[in-house]
Amino acid sequence: MALKRGRGVAAINYPTGMNLGGDPSQALVHSTPTGAFMVTLSSVDLGQGLRQVMAQICAETIGIPTEQVTIDTADTDTGPHCMGTFASRGTHRIGNAVAQAAREARQVMLEVAAEALEVDAGDLDTDGKGMIHVKGAPQKSISVFDTALAAHFKYGRSISGRGMFLVPRSFPETETGAMKPATCYAHACTVVDVEVDDETGEVDVVSVKNVFEVGRALNPSMVEQQLVGGSWMGISHALYETTEPYYPAREHGGRDFNEYLMPGPGNLAETETIVLERPAADGPYGAKGVGEMCANPQIPAVANAIFDAVGVRIDSLPITPEKILRALKAQRAAA
Amino acid sequence: MELRKNYFADERKDDLNEIGHSLQRSDVPNHVTGRTAFFADRTFPNLLHLKMVRSPHHHARIRSIDLSEAERHPGVVRILTSKDVPQNLYTILILIQVGPPDEHVLAEGKVRWKGEAVVAVLADSERAANEAAAKVKVDYEVLPAVFDMLEALKPGAPLVNEHHGQNYYRYDSGASRKVRFGDVEKGFAEADFVLEETYHSSPIEQAPTETTGCIVAPEGNDRFTCYTNTQAMFFTLDNASIILQMPGHKLHMVGGTAGGGFGGKVDVTVEPIAILAARLTGRPVSFIYSREEEMQISSPRAAETITIKDGVMKDGRIVARQVTGYTDAGAYSRHSPYGAQKGAAHYPGPYTIPNVWVDTWCVYTNRTPSSAMRGFGVTIADFALEVQMDKLARLIGMDPLEFRFINAYRDGDMKAHRQPTEGAALIECMQEASIAAGWPVAERFMKMSSKRREA
Repeated sequence: MALKRGRGVAAINYPTGMNLGGDPSQALVHSTPTGAFMVTLSSVDLGQGLRQVMAQICAETIGIPTEQVTIDTADTDTGPHCMGTFASRGTHRIGNAVAQAAREARQVMLEVAAEALEVDAGDLDTDGKGMIHVKGAPQKSISVFDTALAAHFKYGRSISGRGMFLVPRSFPETETGAMKPATCYAHACTVVDVEVDDETGEVDVVSVKNVFEVGRALNPSMVEQQLVGGSWMGISHALYETTEPYYPAREHGGRDFNEYLMPGPGNLAETETIVLERPAADGPYGAKGVGEMCANPQIPAVANAIFDAVGVRIDSLPITPEKILRALKAQRAAA
Repeated sequence: MELRKNYFADERKDDLNEIGHSLQRSDVPNHVTGRTAFFADRTFPNLLHLKMVRSPHHHARIRSIDLSEAERHPGVVRILTSKDVPQNLYTILILIQVGPPDEHVLAEGKVRWKGEAVVAVLADSERAANEAAAKVKVDYEVLPAVFDMLEALKPGAPLVNEHHGQNYYRYDSGASRKVRFGDVEKGFAEADFVLEETYHSSPIEQAPTETTGCIVAPEGNDRFTCYTNTQAMFFTLDNASIILQMPGHKLHMVGGTAGGGFGGKVDVTVEPIAILAARLTGRPVSFIYSREEEMQISSPRAAETITIKDGVMKDGRIVARQVTGYTDAGAYSRHSPYGAQKGAAHYPGPYTIPNVWVDTWCVYTNRTPSSAMRGFGVTIADFALEVQMDKLARLIGMDPLEFRFINAYRDGDMKAHRQPTEGAALIECMQEASIAAGWPVAERFMKMSSKRREA
């Protein structure tokens, strides 16, 4: 009886947004009299930080600092329609809507600034820090603050924009399945090292090395939190979780976090995360959806590593010590 | 985390001010200091608590319901049955034309899974609601139930859901969503080896920290504000509008930050009945799942059974892949017909295979309805696909990572669902994994590119 080491790999791709499209989202952007910008949505933040990413997309597009942007969301009286926060669609779909709304607002802002500076709007640029200036002549400038004030009280202009993003719905051809499920895909490859106790059937995930291709990491720290959390969930799916441990039997389902097994802090592997960026042609600043795909490759990688360690294939999830011990017993009986 | 900027550098400009920078999340100070407001943080005077009486049987006919004792329980204000729900029969995906309606808000005539909502008790306190719920007497005639998907598909199996007429979802393509590309039989005949394996999974709980719930407040002007942790505000509003037969402008959904969703909060199971309760009593109503309800009543990730048959050549090329996938929807559709066909679009995975045949089924059984979860339709498919890839590599005596390089899709490759591959990056992820993990592969694989095939 011994601890056996093994290593496994898995590689995957994952579609961004609702399968077959048809999932719109809208955004509205407007400035306050002092040049702060409000983004109005009805999208839900699940804790992943949707507000922050939308603020950065809006700020980048208008050409102002992110701190100048406030996100007002998840209210159906004020926010325009959003299909919802799921299907790895938030950053891509809602981000595109915000970017479109922000482009329209920026255009009005530049028109107002052009009127104030008595120049052509096409000759103006933003410095990203709160100033609008003539290209090539930064001394000829006006602040976003003064521009917004002038828009409100002098020129009677609404610095605002509307954004809408929709991937048109695809209907699968019934006989061949010809269809357009998605417009862009994220990618991943994971290598997992495990240690399997062939006496108890317990699996210790020693290390997880994840490589993710995400299109564009709009906020790298937030991408990291999503990817690392997802990776832990993948390990949890591989080894622990189910509401019906003896499926299809209905008995023995967990009713709380004592009975429903998940890894505790001591069961979490050393996790390395590497990110590549191949921008999506239709993503906001190239971003793809990565919220779901990051939890997938660990599951088969763990299964493959267990086989590498002890030579048994467990083809049903979760891969519990009981299943491993039964397989090892059968393996010895066959030998 | 490390960003490897050397890949695809020519497709990107790294000159942006706000994008690509790790700015601190504006919501984090409130999260870590406990100031973030969640829906359940709101309090209202005269709040009523809703407790659901649920089926103890997997499949049963309801002979009668006796509310007399429960109604006399101190603190009970009202008890709702199916007769109180304006449009009791619904299905959530009707909003995107995926029908038929197949589920009752409150059970009508039958229950089809253990835990199905039968009667809603409204009381002044949670305790009174719980105690009164225990006094509701339902007389059931227990019926035969089916739990195994393949058993459910056999002739003579108990019929789970009369609204479908058979124990599977009928797509416009028939009993399954189909993908047919090339000729798999020809591929198997030409292959050096054929390997057929079957994979299984069990239902998985989304396990959010915050359980599903809502609080509804009547606004006096015949409008209702529903504070909810749904993942989709208008999806909930529109479904509630149908079920309650109320115009949408009477409804006001307010969300904010949900305490985790993972797909578990896209079913519309608490809001319509809570709004109805507020409408019928004129009082604010709270309906929040207990942890046990979250674990066993709210929809989990579906169990799946997936059979993959591959034809492979000694040089590593997969020449045919046939997949039959079964998704266990439980007793009702919810989002499962969508998830099952998302699987069909996903196979054969990120590999270019000339002959592909896919059938994905959405099967009904007498268990908790399954629905969306992170990786919907794909997570379990990837488990099956990638374990199969490992077995194939070992079958032909090839390194598992190199085997994937040989089959990886590249830009321009035609996928089985007849879309050309664009923006592929699987090769580069594997190259970087090879380096990061110290898993060496032959030089020719390190020179490959997703952008083009080698001459």
